[in-house]
Amino acid sequence: MPGQDAIPFDMKKRKVVNKTMNSVIKGASYVLAHTPQMVVYNGTTQTTERIVNPESEYLKELESHLRSYEECVNYWPNQVYIGNATPDDLAGVEFPYYDKAKEGAERYGKYGEIMPEEEFILLVQACDQFEVVKIDKDFVSAHKDAFAADPIITDDIVARVEAGVELAEIEAAVKDEHAEGIYVAGKLVACVKRAHDIDVNLSAHVMHENLMSKASSVLALLYGVKNAGISKDDIEYVIDCAEEACGDMNQRGGGNFAKAAAEIAGLNNATGSDSRGFCAGPSHALIEAAALVKSGAYKCVAVTAGGCTAKLGMNGKDHVKKGLPILEDCLAGFCVILSENDGENPEINLDILGRHTVGTGSAPQNVIGSLVADPLERAGLKITDIDKFSPEMQNPDITKPAGAGDVPMANYKMIAALAVKRGELDRKELASFSANHGLTGWAPTQGHIPSGVPYIGFAREDILAGKIKNAMIIGKGSLFLGRMTNLFDGVSFVIQANTKAEAEGTSGVSEEEVKGLIAKAMKDFAASLIAE
Amino acid sequence: MDLENQKRVKDFADEYGAENLVVVLGAAEGEAAGLAAETVTAGDPTFAGPLTGVQLGLTVYHVCEPEMKEEFDEAVYDEQVSMMEMVLDVDDIVSEMSSIRDEFCKYL
Repeated sequence: MPGQDAIPFDMKKRKVVNKTMNSVIKGASYVLAHTPQMVVYNGTTQTTERIVNPESEYLKELESHLRSYEECVNYWPNQVYIGNATPDDLAGVEFPYYDKAKEGAERYGKYGEIMPEEEFILLVQACDQFEVVKIDKDFVSAHKDAFAADPIITDDIVARVEAGVELAEIEAAVKDEHAEGIYVAGKLVACVKRAHDIDVNLSAHVMHENLMSKASSVLALLYGVKNAGISKDDIEYVIDCAEEACGDMNQRGGGNFAKAAAEIAGLNNATGSDSRGFCAGPSHALIEAAALVKSGAYKCVAVTAGGCTAKLGMNGKDHVKKGLPILEDCLAGFCVILSENDGENPEINLDILGRHTVGTGSAPQNVIGSLVADPLERAGLKITDIDKFSPEMQNPDITKPAGAGDVPMANYKMIAALAVKRGELDRKELASFSANHGLTGWAPTQGHIPSGVPYIGFAREDILAGKIKNAMIIGKGSLFLGRMTNLFDGVSFVIQANTKAEAEGTSGVSEEEVKGLIAKAMKDFAASLIAE
Repeated sequence: MDLENQKRVKDFADEYGAENLVVVLGAAEGEAAGLAAETVTAGDPTFAGPLTGVQLGLTVYHVCEPEMKEEFDEAVYDEQVSMMEMVLDVDDIVSEMSSIRDEFCKYL
């Protein structure tokens, strides 16, 4: 543009730097709700078994393999998830983890908490806006005080808990009106009623699934705000990236979990929307959020997701067969808060984005190439320039007995093998790559939950502490499960130490300097006029 | 094995004949490969899918087994599979697959 040529070069640069400052990770939260009875009644492995094989040994044995709340809290990977231990601590624990309790394990951690099933049921009712959740009044009075004592649960949420109904009313709803029962210790204590008589999208089953997702997302949002040290009113936009869909028969996935959860969490200044992409959803959502903040559209965006009842006890048959407890007994949630660059917190670098495109192909080589090697190469970096990779962080305690191996380790081996193929890593270093650039998996197998994001909280702290300089978050999704395409999917991004000071340093201009430069330019111009 | 995939394998076997079908697996672990191989030969060992009690006895290989590798254009194999070949415990996969084939495969 000809007119802009008159602006001193350094000023133009300063303007550009300010405009394109990356968003920062202000804070993150990770929460669990221990829901062993939902394993039995709502996990699809169990509901399918009940249909195809109702008299199976598995169903008979299942209940005796459920963990108590204390066992769930003491479980090492759960303590890592809520931030009471680090992935490095977990790497030092002898595998398997299920038979070892973490000493000093606690309900509350720096990232969130492990909520007991009883209290979570009250939270679910507090999240219900259409009076479909009914709880036995004795159950409410037995657990309301404990629920109210949770420091993260605000008075307005406690006030939403109703007195409850007679158990007979719940029994009748389950028996005669297709309501979905909610059980504790094998006893019916509540139900979710259907929200429409004939619309399957509002059936009791779907309402149950969606309300559980919403409630765990609310819990994650509450901790997200607290951990970021911001006010609820600071959040302008919420993106929900779970894997459920809410809507009715005319718009099956109309939405919007994000705004619904934001309402209960008290984010009065926020609107929001749902973003979906199977397990890759969170990574897509975080890139979108980072772009929204960087563009200036919104100053502060929360990316949130609740848990998935369908996946409870997904690998239960293998766990029971091998004498293990049912390890998939928690609904999980997370929240990451992104805001304008504060000159301190780690940034999401939008210049290094990996994406699996329509043309990429589905061979693992192509997938890892497109998500890891290609974006780094475009930025002039090598695979070994990234300090830590966070791909699918599934807890191997859950996946190994089910024959799916150690998922994070498999990813690290693939990334290392690709680095060897590209001549960026010596073959001798293949084995040590995982230890140096990898993490031991700790996340529950709730689909979108383990996908890259569990490390963001730790990555933020490790970068702030100078332990690492950067980390790559990799999300992958199996789109073919939706039967709309045979394609695979994935996106990745890099988190790095804050560069604001550096960027301003290289632009080399303060207000005074700008004034000085203008004065000099005008002086030179005047001198040239006089000379003429 | 995914229930829908079981259905597809069964449909293909009905349509083209079990003797004309080869199932190629890409599982990352010997055990997982073995389970999938068992499903398409002896029937679904989890008793959940359409192949429960259906002994198709199909010919089944993992893509990293030497018999399969021979069938590929070398350049394509290098581009699509060589990285995974470096990562997987191919010996374990070959032993799992061979034992399932020896026991249940009807067309070799």
